[in-house]
Amino acid sequence: MANGVLIFAELADGKVAPVTAELVGAAQRLGAGPVSAALIGSGVEAAASQITGVDTVYVVDDPALAEYTTDAYTSAAVAIAKQADPAVILLGQTNIGRDLAPALAYKLGTVAAMDTIALEMKDGKLHTTRPAYGGNARAVNSFTTSPAIATVRPKSQEAAEGGAAGNVVKVTVDLAPSRTKVVERKVAAAEGVRLEDADVVVTGGRGLGGPENFNVIEELARLLGGAVGASRAVADLGWRPVAEQVGLTGKVVSPTLYIAVAVSGASQHMAGCSGSKNIVAINKDPDANIFKAARFGIVGDFKQVMPALIEAVKKVKAEG
Amino acid sequence: MHIVVCVKQVPDWDIPPSSFKVDEAAKKVVPPPGVAAVTSQFDAIAAEAAMRIKDAGTQAKVTIMSMGPATARESIKQALAMGGDEGVLLTDDAFNDLDSLGTATVLAAAIKKLGDVDLVLTGRQAVDWDQGTTGTYIAEILDIPVVTFAKAVSVSDGKVVVERVLPDAFETVEATLPAVVTVSNELGEPRYPKLPQIMAAGKKQVTVWSAADLGLDAAALAPKLTLEALYVPVVDTKVEIMPGDTPEEQAMNLARRLKEAKLI
Repeated sequence: MANGVLIFAELADGKVAPVTAELVGAAQRLGAGPVSAALIGSGVEAAASQITGVDTVYVVDDPALAEYTTDAYTSAAVAIAKQADPAVILLGQTNIGRDLAPALAYKLGTVAAMDTIALEMKDGKLHTTRPAYGGNARAVNSFTTSPAIATVRPKSQEAAEGGAAGNVVKVTVDLAPSRTKVVERKVAAAEGVRLEDADVVVTGGRGLGGPENFNVIEELARLLGGAVGASRAVADLGWRPVAEQVGLTGKVVSPTLYIAVAVSGASQHMAGCSGSKNIVAINKDPDANIFKAARFGIVGDFKQVMPALIEAVKKVKAEG
Repeated sequence: MHIVVCVKQVPDWDIPPSSFKVDEAAKKVVPPPGVAAVTSQFDAIAAEAAMRIKDAGTQAKVTIMSMGPATARESIKQALAMGGDEGVLLTDDAFNDLDSLGTATVLAAAIKKLGDVDLVLTGRQAVDWDQGTTGTYIAEILDIPVVTFAKAVSVSDGKVVVERVLPDAFETVEATLPAVVTVSNELGEPRYPKLPQIMAAGKKQVTVWSAADLGLDAAALAPKLTLEALYVPVVDTKVEIMPGDTPEEQAMNLARRLKEAKLI
């Protein structure tokens, strides 16, 4: 009988990616039986022993898995899921997870709840909570089929710490030939601190009026050792690269300090930054939605406020 | 070639968050009075992707398909005005409150019934449930490839070429046709039809199919994902607005508060 929780591990630069420990943490807290991990890729076997807090790590290591393709990864994931036979499967809401989860779910005769932010077992069944309606609402779902599959929003779960490495089990599978082919892959060059990892994020919105006005955003970010973020409107208008977009369809960030400048705070934006520990809003509209989520606010025009704030921060920092 | 664009009619998403209401007992959104339902934003962009394929010189028939209540005809008409050729409205009481897989089951059955479809375009996610799974489920049901999160879509030599948006990268992916492609907002704004196109769209044919027409019944569509609750989250942050008669005073007060809170 299906039992336990299977999480899908991910690697970044050959190391176990942070989302993996978050998934292990979420799986352990469910208390739904043994936790195991799946690791899929090419040349990944060595990393399997670095996944801790799980009983077993199921590995499919194949050169054909060097690039992510839906077909090949799904067939590997199905093989692992069948061998592990879990009651619950968790993936990250990542590039891979959000593409793989529904395909895996369909092949296992079940469905997936995407981008969940809370998980619990009720009467032996998984209940997930996820943002819906662009972040305006929360939907709680349960499953009539098994296994229950959910993707978990990065940084929404406390990471598991330590624990023993799992037994590594190699799973052999005839990979499905991929009907899609990656012809080119360009990694966007990120300057300075990575947005997702930054402790301080300074985000500019459409209210800045044009890309030229991002100089004050960049300057404050530099001063605070932070990263620059952009609202979706700004990314869609081409003022800033897509890689800087914070929101439901962009990046989810949870820095200690999030400074939103001329950002109205549409729900789809808040979905990407509401996990921040402290939000500062600078907006000339006192009724802007962003103030509802903010700890500190300035009602004023960024054109005057930002140069003054940059000077004030320099002065306060110099005071030590 | 034959392109199908799937569009969903949803409660207007472009309303102030303060006027967003939920009937928790009914587990449904209550739209503000007088605010009509609209086409899900990403689906209108999927229609735009289809029109750009036509603009690029590909001979294509574009069918606009929507599953929903009778009012979903309005969303079909809007996409027809953008340049779609025919509409298909899938409406039946059995189609109410389906999960994404149920919705995909209906759409896939209709695509199969059309018979000669080469490319299916959907939005990356509907702006009501934000699941982002329907496109993949359609592909799985039809056993054809899927490419998600497109910012550009073109077709040549029996293949679809898709530029994918990833948070830190761009990928160009090719898939054999037939295929499903889900479209993201980075593709660009949907075109704005002019009055003559809107008038002409009213005359374009919209076929209506029921569950029986598609050989489906309620049992085949029973949700596997059950909605247990729907609510509006409470944000309990109390904002401290910085006092000050000038921007300099406000800014200095903020800097000091951030320092006190050890945030800078």
